[in-house]
Amino acid sequence: MTTAMTPTTTRELRYREAINEALRQEMERDETVIIMGEEIAGGAGREHLGIVDAWGGPFRTTVGLIQQFGNQRVLDTPLSEAAFVGTAIGAASTGMRAVAELMFVDFVGVCMDQLLNNAAKMRYMFGGQVAVPFTMLTRIGAGFGSAAQHSESFYSIFSHIPGLKGVVPSDPYTAKGLLIASIRDDDPVVYFEHKGLYGDTGPVPEEPYAIPLGKARTVRSGTDITLVGISRMTWVCTEAAEELAKDGVNAEVVDLLSVSPIDYDLIIDSVRRTHRLVVVDEDTPVCSLASDICARVAEEAFDYLDAPPSRVTAPHTPVPYSRPLENAYVPNAARVVGTVQRLVGRS
Amino acid sequence: MELDREMLLQLYRTMTTIRHFEERGIPETGQRGMSGSVHSSAGQEAVPTGICAHLTVDDYIGSTHRGHGHCIAKGVDPKLMMAELFGRSTGPNKGKGGSMHIADMSKGMLGTNGVVAASIPLAVGAGLTSKLRNLGRVAVAFFGDGGANQGVLHECMNLASVWKLPVIFCCENNGYAESTPVEYALSTARVADRAAGYDMPGIHVDGMDVFDVFEAAGEAVRRARAGEGPSLLECRTYRYYGHTVFDNPLSYRTQEEQDYWRNRDPLKLFRERVADGGLVSLSELGQMDDEARELMEEAIQFADESPLPEPPEIYDDVYVDYPVDMMKRGINLEV
Repeated sequence: MTTAMTPTTTRELRYREAINEALRQEMERDETVIIMGEEIAGGAGREHLGIVDAWGGPFRTTVGLIQQFGNQRVLDTPLSEAAFVGTAIGAASTGMRAVAELMFVDFVGVCMDQLLNNAAKMRYMFGGQVAVPFTMLTRIGAGFGSAAQHSESFYSIFSHIPGLKGVVPSDPYTAKGLLIASIRDDDPVVYFEHKGLYGDTGPVPEEPYAIPLGKARTVRSGTDITLVGISRMTWVCTEAAEELAKDGVNAEVVDLLSVSPIDYDLIIDSVRRTHRLVVVDEDTPVCSLASDICARVAEEAFDYLDAPPSRVTAPHTPVPYSRPLENAYVPNAARVVGTVQRLVGRS
Repeated sequence: MELDREMLLQLYRTMTTIRHFEERGIPETGQRGMSGSVHSSAGQEAVPTGICAHLTVDDYIGSTHRGHGHCIAKGVDPKLMMAELFGRSTGPNKGKGGSMHIADMSKGMLGTNGVVAASIPLAVGAGLTSKLRNLGRVAVAFFGDGGANQGVLHECMNLASVWKLPVIFCCENNGYAESTPVEYALSTARVADRAAGYDMPGIHVDGMDVFDVFEAAGEAVRRARAGEGPSLLECRTYRYYGHTVFDNPLSYRTQEEQDYWRNRDPLKLFRERVADGGLVSLSELGQMDDEARELMEEAIQFADESPLPEPPEIYDDVYVDYPVDMMKRGINLEV
C-alpha cells in the first residue's frame, strides 16, 4: 500500500491543504474517483452566472476540485445524507471509487443505515462477491462553540462495526498519506478530519504517498509511561509530555492514526517498556476506543503493568455550548499531567 | 401490446419458476431449520417478470426482503438460491446471506435486503456509475408499499431526478407492510402520486397483469436509457401468504379479499390472455410448469448435497484486506 518514496519536494502545507492535495492527486491518478457531498463546491448550478466553487467546501478542503474535474466527478448534493451516502456506496460497489463527505460526524444518524447495513456488511453478506471502495470524509472535534450537534468525536462507534475501517490523521503529513491510502483501499473507510487541526502547518511531500492503514506511530520516545493520543489529542499528549519532562517523567507518545484496525502491537510493545498507559481520547468514555485499548493492554500485557491502564477522555455528556463548559469538556494537558503524576506516584 | 412468441414463453417461464421456487423452496427451507426470515413473493410474480424482461444482464437491480422473484427474473440460478436458503457454501453468498441478502454481482443483482428501502440508494448509485462511465445501463430499485414511506426513498427520488439518473423506482404495492394496510399508512391514494413531487412520471399499473407491467416498464426503461431520467412505477399486487412464514394473514385481512386476488392470479391471467392468441398453447405452458417443478426438485437435491460452510469461514470476507488476527484476538471461538 505504501507508495515507494523517491526524493521529492517537501513544502509546508496546512492540514486542510494536505487533504485537498490528496483528493486532487487521487482524482488525477484514477478517473473512477468521484466525490460528492453538501457544499463541496457550493453555489451548484449557477455556472451561467459565473459562479463555480462558491465555497470550495464548508472548510475549504475541496476548493478548486470542481474547476479541474468538472461537476460530474465533483458532485454537490441536495441535503440528503441517506441518499448520497447510500448512492456513493452503490457507485463504489459497481465500479467507482467513491468519496462522500458527511459535513459533521454528528449527522451520521440520518445515514447510519447505509453505513451499518450496506457498506459494512455487503461484502460479508454477499460472500465476498463485492468490494466497496468507499471513503467517507467527516469532521470531529469540540472547542469551537458549536454545541452538541456539531462537535462530537464519534469514531468509537465506527470502530465497533466490523466491515468499516477508520483513520484519524493528526497533522498535514498524515492527513495526505492516510487520505490517499483510504481512497485506494478496497474497503469502506471513514476518514475523520479534526476541525481544530485545519490551520496547522507541517512538511508534506509533493508527490502522492500512502500511509498504511492500521498503523500507529511513535511521535515521542520515552521510558516511564505510554500516552496514546487520538487525532488532535496526540498534541495534547506531547504538550503534557513536555510538562512531565520538567518533573523528570519521560513519557512516550503514540499517535494512533487508525481507529480500525487498531495497532495494538505498537501500543503493547511500548507499554512493555514503559509499564504504564494513559489513553487520551476526545470521544466519550463508555464503550470507547480508550476503554478498548485499556482492556486489550490489560489482557495482553498485565504482567508488565506497574499501574492501572487509565483514560483521560471527554466526560460522558453531550458537548456543551458555553465556553467554560466546553473548555472543561475537551481533555487538556493539565488533566493528562495530573493523571500521569498519580500513576507514577508523584502526586 | 404485441409480444412475440419467444417473449411470451420467457415471461411465463419466469413467473412459473418464481411460483414454484416459493411454493416448494420455502417450506423445504423451514424443514431444514432455517425458516428464520423468509418472505414469499407468491402472487407478485408479474412485477419482477414484466420489468426484468426489459433488462440485460449488465443492468442492475436492488431488491427487498421479499426478493426471490427479483433474483430469478434477473437471471440468478434457482439452484444456487436454494443452496443459499439452505445455508450451503455453494450459494451465491456462500451461505453468509440467506434469503434476505441473495446477491449475484455477475447478474447485476445488488442484493435482496433486510432493511426496508435500504437497497434503493444502491440502485441509484449503480445508475450513477452507469451515467458517469457512459455504460448505457439502467438500475431498478424495487421496494414495497412499506418502503414507500421510508425517507431514503424520497431523498433518492429527488437526487435521481436532480441528476437525471437512469433509475426506475418500482413499488410493489402488495397492500400490506407486515400487517399494516396500505390505505392506513399511505397519505396519498397511490404511491405513484408521489412522483409529481420529484418531477418524474408516476405510473400505476395492475401488478397482477404481466402485460400491463411489461408495457409500463418498457417506457420507464426506454426513458432511463435515453438519459431522460427516472420514473416511478407502482404495481398493485398481492402476496398470497403472510409477511413471513410465521404469521397468519387472516389475522389482518379477509378470506374474501384473498379469494378476490387469488382469482386474479398472474399465471392464471396470463394463461387466459394467451389462450386465444394462438402464439403459445396451454399445453406448452403446462409443460413449463412441469419443468419448473422439476427444476425445484433438482435445486433441493443440489442444495442438500452441497457442503455446509466450515466454521473458520466465519472470518472470511469481512474486508478485502484486514488483519484477521484483529478479528480473532482475545476471542476463543472453537474454529
